Amino acid sequence: MSTALESKIRIQREDFSVTDEIEAIKKSSRNIGGITCFLGTGRELNKGKNIVELNFDHYPQMAEKKLAEIREKSIKDFGLIDMSIIHRVGNIDIGENIVLIIACGEHRQETFKACEWAIAELKRTTPIWKRETTSTGEVWVQATP
Amino acid sequence: MRVTVKYFASLKQMAGKEEDHFNVDEGTTLEQLSVLIGQSVSQLGDMVREKKVLISLNYDVVPLDTVVKDGDEIALLPPFSGGI
Repeated sequence: MSTALESKIRIQREDFSVTDEIEAIKKSSRNIGGITCFLGTGRELNKGKNIVELNFDHYPQMAEKKLAEIREKSIKDFGLIDMSIIHRVGNIDIGENIVLIIACGEHRQETFKACEWAIAELKRTTPIWKRETTSTGEVWVQATP
Repeated sequence: MRVTVKYFASLKQMAGKEEDHFNVDEGTTLEQLSVLIGQSVSQLGDMVREKKVLISLNYDVVPLDTVVKDGDEIALLPPFSGGI
């Protein structure tokens, strides 16, 4: 098992394996009965324009702090057993993985709720910025719902 | 006192640099610091005062009347767009 997989909060340039991440977090408890994953990927179309490349900038120390806060609050407020959050930065091609949230609980309900809350909170509080490159140029994306 | 101001994403492009360092007097607020920021990068001072960007102090978003201390790290943050 790599050291990287043991960290529950990661911001990294390289891609990740959803399967490996699920297998890693399953080891945190034998009482996990439900796992919900949210995987965000790079899509080709935004507002009618073809995107050829995505690039993510971030504020490393603050982004890691905010993701850690989201994980801790998710576990506490929704009664999760564990959660991991991974976000990629740098250049990302269409179809590639961007963000992964894995919520683990004894039952399914709390994991569905926690996962939805966590991605919304990530978008609201975490200093990560997306730049889209289209055939007409580059644009920094404003906050999206 | 000396503080660091960091710029990210579109603001980094606008500023043409990643950070600035400013010498300030004791009791200086972020709003007062925005005047110095505006002298370095003209558009940014107004954007701070008009609340078009968030401002963080040592990794937490804070209001403009917050007083800075020696060694503080301030960042100007355009609207976030992480996730998808």
